[in-house]
Amino acid sequence: MAEPQSPLGHTFVPGDHGNSAGGIGLVLTERNDVSIVQVTAWRGTIPAILAAISDVTGLNVPDKPGAGRSAGEKSAFGFSPGRYFIVAPSDDLEERLRKAIPLETGTIIDLTHGRTAIRIKGPWSEWVLSKLFAIDFSEHGFPVGFGRATLHHDIHTNIQRIDAETFDLYVFRTFARSFWQTLGHAAAEVGYRVE
Amino acid sequence: MTGTIEKQTPPQQIRFRDKKTMIIKCPYCGPRDVIEFTYQGDATRQRPDPASSDQTAWNAYVYDRTNPMGSHREFWLHAGGCRQHLIITRDMATHVISSVGFARDAVSSGREGDRP
Ligand SMILES: [Zn+2]
Repeated sequence: MAEPQSPLGHTFVPGDHGNSAGGIGLVLTERNDVSIVQVTAWRGTIPAILAAISDVTGLNVPDKPGAGRSAGEKSAFGFSPGRYFIVAPSDDLEERLRKAIPLETGTIIDLTHGRTAIRIKGPWSEWVLSKLFAIDFSEHGFPVGFGRATLHHDIHTNIQRIDAETFDLYVFRTFARSFWQTLGHAAAEVGYRVE
Repeated sequence: MTGTIEKQTPPQQIRFRDKKTMIIKCPYCGPRDVIEFTYQGDATRQRPDPASSDQTAWNAYVYDRTNPMGSHREFWLHAGGCRQHLIITRDMATHVISSVGFARDAVSSGREGDRP
C-alpha cells in the first residue's frame, strides 16, 4: 500500500514556536492516523443511522443539532440535518459502516484523503480559534462532544470540541498547508508546540 | 466642483446603519454571521405550469420582482455551515429577520424517500 503523505509537508516543524519563552499556550498536532467518513441519512432514517454508528464505533450520538461524542481516538458528530462525521483510527471504518448502513438507510463517503485532521489543545485554544472563526467557542455555546460546520476566510471547516481546551479541526486537504500556517500565525502570541 | 447637495436620510437607512452586522439564526447551526449565507432570491414566486406556454406568465415569473419596502419571504443557502436551504422572512428596509425555517419543510414536505 502507498505510504500516505501529509499535506503539511515542510511546514510541519515539531518543536516550540512563537512566544514560547512565556510558556506553551497550545499544542498543535496532525491526526494523520485516522479514517474520516461522512454518513448521511435519508428522510426518516436518522434513528437507524445513529444506531448503526453506535454499533460500529460504540459512540451514542444524540439526535440533536450538532451533537456528538468522542472517546479515545474515536469521534462522531452531526454538522447538518442527518449528516455525520465519523472518525476512528481504523483502516476498515468505511467498510464496517457500509456493512451496518445499507443504501436504504443512508449513504457513506470516505473523506480520509479529502480532509486533514488537526488537533488544537491547550488553555488558549478558544482564544486562538476565535481569531479564525466567527462562532462562539465558549463551553456554554459549544459544549464538549458537539460539532460545528463553519468558515474561515470563505473556506469550510468542521470542528468538534473534545474537552474543555481541545478541538479537532477538519479542513480540506488542498487548503491544509495554508490553514496550518495561518493557525501557527494566530497561535504565535501564546507560544505553541508542534508534536 | 463646488457646493454640496443636502441629502435627506430616510429613517430606514438610519436604522440600518445602527446594525453593525446581520445575524441569521439557522435552525440547525444557531446564530451565524451573514457572510456564511448566500441569498437565493424571492420565495414568493409561483412557477407557471411547466406545460404552459403563456409568455406573459413566464416573463413575470423570471423577471418581475415586487421589491417591497418591508417584510419579504426569501430563499437563503447556509453555504458556510450546514449547507441547507432556508426560507427567511426579512424586512427589506431594516434587515430585521422575523422567521427562519428549512426550505424543504415548506417546499418538499411529505415526499417519501426524499433526500435530507
Ligand atoms: Zn446552518
